[in-house]
Amino acid sequence: MGTTRTMEILVGAFMVAGFVALFFLAMRVSNLSAAGAGDGYALLARFDNIGSLKVRAPVSMAGVRLGRVEAIDFDQETYQAVVTLRIAPAYDQIPTDTFANIYTAGLLGEQYVALDPGGSPDYLANGDQIQHTQSALVLERMIGQFLFNQAQESSQ
Amino acid sequence: MVIDALVRLGRSGLTALAGIGRAHVLLAGIVGGLPELLPRPRLLLAQIYNIGVLSVLIIAVSGLFVGMVLGLQGYYVLNQFGADESLGIMVAASLVRELGPVVTALLVAGRAGSALTAEIGLMKATEQLSALEMMAVDPVRRVLTPRFFGGFLAMPLLAAMFSALGVLGGWFVGVGLLGVDDGAFWSQMQAKLDFREDVINGVIKSLVFGVVVTWIALFEGYDATPTSAGVSRATTRSVVHAALAVLGLDFILTALMFGD
Repeated sequence: MGTTRTMEILVGAFMVAGFVALFFLAMRVSNLSAAGAGDGYALLARFDNIGSLKVRAPVSMAGVRLGRVEAIDFDQETYQAVVTLRIAPAYDQIPTDTFANIYTAGLLGEQYVALDPGGSPDYLANGDQIQHTQSALVLERMIGQFLFNQAQESSQ
Repeated sequence: MVIDALVRLGRSGLTALAGIGRAHVLLAGIVGGLPELLPRPRLLLAQIYNIGVLSVLIIAVSGLFVGMVLGLQGYYVLNQFGADESLGIMVAASLVRELGPVVTALLVAGRAGSALTAEIGLMKATEQLSALEMMAVDPVRRVLTPRFFGGFLAMPLLAAMFSALGVLGGWFVGVGLLGVDDGAFWSQMQAKLDFREDVINGVIKSLVFGVVVTWIALFEGYDATPTSAGVSRATTRSVVHAALAVLGLDFILTALMFGD
């Protein structure tokens, strides 16, 4: 009886340790403690070119993450990318004339959506569209433009 | 001459196929014993003890050291690009996605799988399984089923411990010894690792490995030639086949899970 009891205690401790480890992985290592997907409200933004923006990329304002990119679709009518932004419910005072830009974190980092607030007294609500957008900078295009300008200058 | 070679090839092919068939019939029998196991949790408890609790030490020590080595190696490479802060995400992602489930499965195959094979094989060689059958007790359901589910339940818990201790080991080396910023280490990790995408997929992997490792160990033991040489061969085969199956399956699972 004594050995059975010891074994039961050890198995119990083993299972507790296993679940504590899983809990640690969930809360401390991964982003489960951050706002989960699905809550918050959605904003739409149309871009001429989203570069290499990915689903789940951060959406930030003033460098603070407000939400994530939820979906990226293509509009066949206007040939634009339609990006759905999922903003955390706490940040519900984003002006209607906010600018959405696609920037790159660091020189070679991943791309994210940065919001620059406008001055409108009205706020964006679920399903609204951000009117002012700026496309991602594509490195090749910039280099091409730079070379073109150089060539023009030298020919003058 | 050619016919002889063909005969040999065909015979080995048929033998392999028959083995795979027997393994699946055995698996069906093992899983079919679950309803009889549920009213007797003590049998399961004993096997979780054998496979899980007794493996904790080797899993904990290996996890800690693998994490520490990852921290050390990752720091040397990342430091060259001035990206020390990414050490946390590198250590955690490689542990949670790959090394945790895979190394745990390999260690369990060596530590517990071989013991299971030898135990079942010796039970067969000393005709204990036949004796059970004489008493109208189904040896598959009485002996194999609790071992199978013990391994199935213990594996993800062991893998979680391995990953968690590995992250702590990487943190100790990176933050404690090499001076990576503590806040950046954790925040980069939390920003880039997704619970569903990374942690849950790792748990699914280790559940699959738990099935495969215990299944192969039990089958090799149950199917062993009932002699001392047969049991010894079966034990070797159990570890080798389990390791190959885990590594091969890991590639397939990774391609399916993290494909896009």
